[in-house]
Amino acid sequence: MIDLLAILLAAVFINNFVLVKFLGLCPVMGVSKQIEPAIGLALATAFVLTLAAGLSHLVWTWLLLPLGLEWLRTLAFILVIAALVQVVEAVMRQRFPVLYQVLGIYLPLITTNCAVLGVALLNTQEDHDLAGALVFGFGAAVGFGLVLVLFAGLRERLEAGDVPGPFRGAPIGLITAGLMALAFMGFTGMGAR
Amino acid sequence: MAREFRLGGAPHLPAATSVRTVMGKVLLALLPGVALSTAWHGPGVLLQAALACAFALLLEAAMLRLRGRPLRPFLGDLSAPLTAVLFALCLPPWAPWWIAAVGMVAAIVFAKHLYGGLGYNLFNPAMVGYALVLVAFTRELSGWPPLDAPIPPGALLDGVFGGGVPWDAMAQATPLDTLRDQLGQGRTVAEAQAGDDGRSAWLALAWTLGGLWLLQQRVIHWHVPVGVLAGVLAVALPLWLYDTGRHASPWFHLTHGALALGAFFIATDPVSGAATPRGRLLFGAGVGAMTVLVRTFGAYPDGVAFGVLLMNACAPLLDRWLKPRPFGHAR
Repeated sequence: MIDLLAILLAAVFINNFVLVKFLGLCPVMGVSKQIEPAIGLALATAFVLTLAAGLSHLVWTWLLLPLGLEWLRTLAFILVIAALVQVVEAVMRQRFPVLYQVLGIYLPLITTNCAVLGVALLNTQEDHDLAGALVFGFGAAVGFGLVLVLFAGLRERLEAGDVPGPFRGAPIGLITAGLMALAFMGFTGMGAR
Repeated sequence: MAREFRLGGAPHLPAATSVRTVMGKVLLALLPGVALSTAWHGPGVLLQAALACAFALLLEAAMLRLRGRPLRPFLGDLSAPLTAVLFALCLPPWAPWWIAAVGMVAAIVFAKHLYGGLGYNLFNPAMVGYALVLVAFTRELSGWPPLDAPIPPGALLDGVFGGGVPWDAMAQATPLDTLRDQLGQGRTVAEAQAGDDGRSAWLALAWTLGGLWLLQQRVIHWHVPVGVLAGVLAVALPLWLYDTGRHASPWFHLTHGALALGAFFIATDPVSGAATPRGRLLFGAGVGAMTVLVRTFGAYPDGVAFGVLLMNACAPLLDRWLKPRPFGHAR
């Protein structure tokens, strides 16, 4: 239990996927103009990422490892993630139309989010068991969502600012992400003791 | 006795406050702490402040020119010197001159002018500068001279401009560093604090005096310092009660490091902080909690800068979700 909590906190803060591992930067830059869509994407990502982490772990332990196909993992995980997103989208549209209206448009975006593949690959690297893989995926998604929503808030405030011409848009966004990463440096070493 | 007290007509305007007067008051309020710090650490404190001010004004002028803004009103508003002084107070007195240069580039160019200059910065410029140099040049920033043996002026100048101070030979661990090292070696808090005469409480008191004057002058609001106090207590008190041998007391946290300076002078920055009363309380609490967390579990000696930057990132959301409800309006 303590181990799982450590995995969760480490994935959210200490090894934050966006600000420390620099995974999933594209959706953070792309879907952070306003807070509401950012929250939608964060929730959708949390849902898919946790499922994908679990499923890819099952594929890894029950299919790839017994068959000695470790070298196929990147391809296999991409396939698993893409298929999973399609299935989730179809099921959600049929069974939970309200949820689909809120999260639906973000689902295809998640297929190409490198953080999802990153979680699947890191799970094999760190030898997590199924519970560990699920918690790691969920923590990664929470960290991703946290940064996404904070970033959207900062960007809304930036709109009222007076950013010099050449720095408007992506440049100041990347500088802001850099300063947020500097703030997250404060969590360095917290897992060690 | 009979002082003339003339009362004008109805619209009573409050005293005109300008950026210059506010920044000037904050600088004035720093004086007791700066004086005490100079008395303990020698003229290096003032040298660092002067260096940082020079770089700050130079960069401010360069950025204003590049952006096609008038120089005179912005250079005279004292905001750049205040940033520089707050930054310099975090540096060891014998830090090489290029530390101030790098820190001021990060603070004035990146954190301030690329966001649109005074009033638009999302992050506290002084803390951006300090966090950057702390992360990049940890070794140069971790050695402090011993309190009772001030550095001779020649050695000071050599250290700042020539890089000639034998850091490891002369440097003394700060109480925060001592505590971290000793706890890491399995000693208890009481053993680690045996050599600590508790005099840094006087420095905290000096910052607090300046801060109280700012409160009385209504330059800052009470919410942030109270929030910081609450945040420190919320994290440090349970840890301390859980194991007094392994964790320092809340009093130790409050009186050491940059906490008092941060609570009154840095976290109260109106631009990069939260603007709503409840938002300010939470902002302060976040800074206090993060400071204790970094000191207790993190890798860096002090956490005020990281706490402030982290809460800067949260400030827009705090304001958005804690907007005061106009009286009579539905939720």
